[in-house]
Parts: sequence; C-alpha cells; structure tokens
Amino acid sequence: MIWQQFLSLAGSYPLALRGLGMTIVLSLISLALGTLLGFGLGILRTGGNRLLSGVIGAWVDLIRGTPFLVQIFLIFFILPEFGIELDAFTAGIIALTNLAACFICEIVAAGIRSVPIGQVEAALASGLSRWQRMHQVVLPQAMRIVLPPLVGQYVLLIKDSSVVSAIGLTDLTRVGWLVVQRVPNGLLVFFLVGVGYFIVCYPLIMLARRLERRMGAAHGEVQL
Amino acid sequence: MLENFSFRTIVEYLPLFAQGLVTTVWLSAISFVGALVVGIVLCAMNLQRGWLFRAPAKAYIDAVRATPLLAQLYFLYFGLPRLGFVLPELVVGILALSLNSGAYIAEIIRAGILSIPRGQVEASVASGMTYTQRMRLVVLPQAFKVTIPPLLGQAIVLVKDSALLSLISVAELTRAGQLLASDRFMPAEGFLTIAAFYLLLYYGLKALAVLSGRWLGTAGARA
Repeated sequence: MIWQQFLSLAGSYPLALRGLGMTIVLSLISLALGTLLGFGLGILRTGGNRLLSGVIGAWVDLIRGTPFLVQIFLIFFILPEFGIELDAFTAGIIALTNLAACFICEIVAAGIRSVPIGQVEAALASGLSRWQRMHQVVLPQAMRIVLPPLVGQYVLLIKDSSVVSAIGLTDLTRVGWLVVQRVPNGLLVFFLVGVGYFIVCYPLIMLARRLERRMGAAHGEVQL
Repeated sequence: MLENFSFRTIVEYLPLFAQGLVTTVWLSAISFVGALVVGIVLCAMNLQRGWLFRAPAKAYIDAVRATPLLAQLYFLYFGLPRLGFVLPELVVGILALSLNSGAYIAEIIRAGILSIPRGQVEASVASGMTYTQRMRLVVLPQAFKVTIPPLLGQAIVLVKDSALLSLISVAELTRAGQLLASDRFMPAEGFLTIAAFYLLLYYGLKALAVLSGRWLGTAGARA
C-alpha cells in the first residue's frame, strides 16, 4: 500500500517540478521588482517631502495590517471591476510585489535613518548632489543595517508566495493539494512539499544569520 | 468601477461578519496562548547545554521557519486523519497556528534572555543565588520587558495568519468575506469589509505595542 503510494508519488514528479518552478519564478520576479520598488519608496519615505512620506507610510500600514490572502482576493476579484482583467499569475505577481515593496520600504527607511546626520551634512558641505549623497554616502552605510533583515524578509516572502495557490496558481503548495486528492497520504505529500520549500529557504535563513552575526561583530568593534 | 457598491448588503451581512470577527479574535487568542506554551518549552530546550534537548528544538524551529504556514496547515489537515486523529477543522487550525507561532516565539524569548548582560548573571552567581533564583529574580523580569513588544508583533502576525484557516473552511472573518463574495457575487463588498475589520485589529494591537513600550520604558531604547 505504502509502496503503491510511493510509485504514484514518483509518477507525479513532473507536476512537483513544475510547482517548484512556479514558486521560484514567482518569488524571483516579485522579489526583484519588490526590492527595486521598496528601495525607491524607502528613499522617498525618508526624503524631505512630508506629504509623500505620510502617504507611503499610510499605504505600508494598510498592507501590513491586512492578511496577504485578503490582498490577493482584493486584487484578483476587484481589479476586474475597474476594467483590468488579470490572470492568476499576474495577480499573484502584483500582490507579492506590493507586499515585498512595503516591507522592504520600512527596512530601507530604518537603514537610512540609522546613518548619522553628520554624514549627510559632510556630504552637503563637500558639494555632493542629492543623488551622489544618497548613492555614495548614505546607502553604502545604510546597507549594513539593511542587509540582514532584507534577506530574512526574502524568506518570509517566498513562504508567502504559497498563499497564491488560493487563486488557483499551480505552485508547490497547490501541487501538494492536487496530489493529496489522488494519493491520500497527507503526511508524506506535505512533508515532501515542505522539503521543497526548505531547500529554497534554508540557505537564505543561514545567510541572514551569518550577515546578522557579522553585523553584530562590526557593531561591537565600533562601540568598544 | 464600483458604482454598484452595496452598503445595504454589507449591513445585511453584518451579523455574519461580526460572528467571523469574534471567531477570529478568540481563535487567535487561544492560538497565541498555545504558541506561548510551545515557545517557552522550545526555548527552555534550546537553552540547555546538552544536545539531547537542544538538537530537536533547533531542528523544529528551523523546519517551521523554512516552510510556509499554509503547507504546515495542510500537513496537519490532511495528515492527522492518517494518524487516526480526526479533529474538527477549527482545532486543526488552532493547532497549526500554535505550532507555527511557537517556533517564532521561542526565538523571541531566547533573544530576550540572551540580551541580559552577562555581568547581571555573574553578579547573581556571586551573591550565592541558585539557578532558579537567578532566573526568577534577575534574568526573567528583565527579559520580560524586552520581549513584550516583539511578542505583540508576533500576535499581529498570528491574527493575519489566521486568515489562512478560511482555506480549510473554518468560519472565521475571511470565510465570511468569501461567503458574501460567492453567494451574492460581491467580492468588493465582502473583501473590503473584512480588510477593514482586520485593520481594526491591527491598529488596536499596534497601539497596545506602542503603549506597552512606553509603560515598560523600552520604547526608543536604542542606545
């Protein structure tokens, strides 16, 4: 009986690979777009314009305050009412990119705020332009604060991508759900699904930990 | 556009939303208490010197953190009956949320305990305190202060995560929105309303986090 289940599971490996591929593609695209957008929003959030900063802050709060599942439903079912027809994949990308951008915006903003004001003043006094100041003085220093939580956030977002299975995208979680209808062994099927995510996420978790330790060590030196 | 947006339907379905909101609140509360228990046990195991308790705790925490809650939820939902445990969806959901959040809470508590300067521990050893006294009188009261704000943060995450229970048809808030969306084909009314309710919970918990930070004097404690 178990043997038959194994055979049946082995038979669905193309489906599993497709699911894993979908999870990876979805995560890669959304994380890349979300990082770009998040950095942009983070820089604007800490820029001088208080109205803009307030609007971004309010949007980030709205996104952080609602479940991702509800956001996906909103995008997938409501945007069509505004005449924007979306397939599940595009809706998933939009939802995940927006989520990524909001969390990364706050991480970047915190990093920028951690750079001592004297650095900015010195850059100003040296006659650097706004862009040069950001690009050559503030961001390189902010990156040390930003990097560890950024990698940690990537892990959370890859895991959140599993929620898009709710609108029918065939990602890794959805594949597990499909397979378990045929092979009634939920423990085995979702153990294997878990292994798939673990392979993608665990190296990133290790990386985040290493960055954090290195950051902590660097910090210690400064303080002593 | 949303010119047909029907407030009347929302009002009509208000009892359903209220019921969903109440369910979300109490199932999150129970799950949070469960997660605290799981977290404290895991953290105690993780702080032992020997590997016998440490290794399984670490493995569990890593496994939970590297896999999505939805997969964990399905693992229990489709897997428990296989082991002979046929439980109501609600119980499976609370179990999944507790086991998931517990792993994160274990790390929060550990960070809190490790944040106590070693001099404090050395001083209490020098004062002749036993291990229990040291923990109870010196380390834990200080660690408690540090852990409250991140614990509230985890509570916010847990409330939002509980939306996933709608996918195993637990009648909580998100499920109420789905019902309105599918019964009356009114996704905008359904999902915007529950989003508003979740925001209510979010801002409430966030205010609590800010207040607790002020009471405990940990707000802006960044030296």
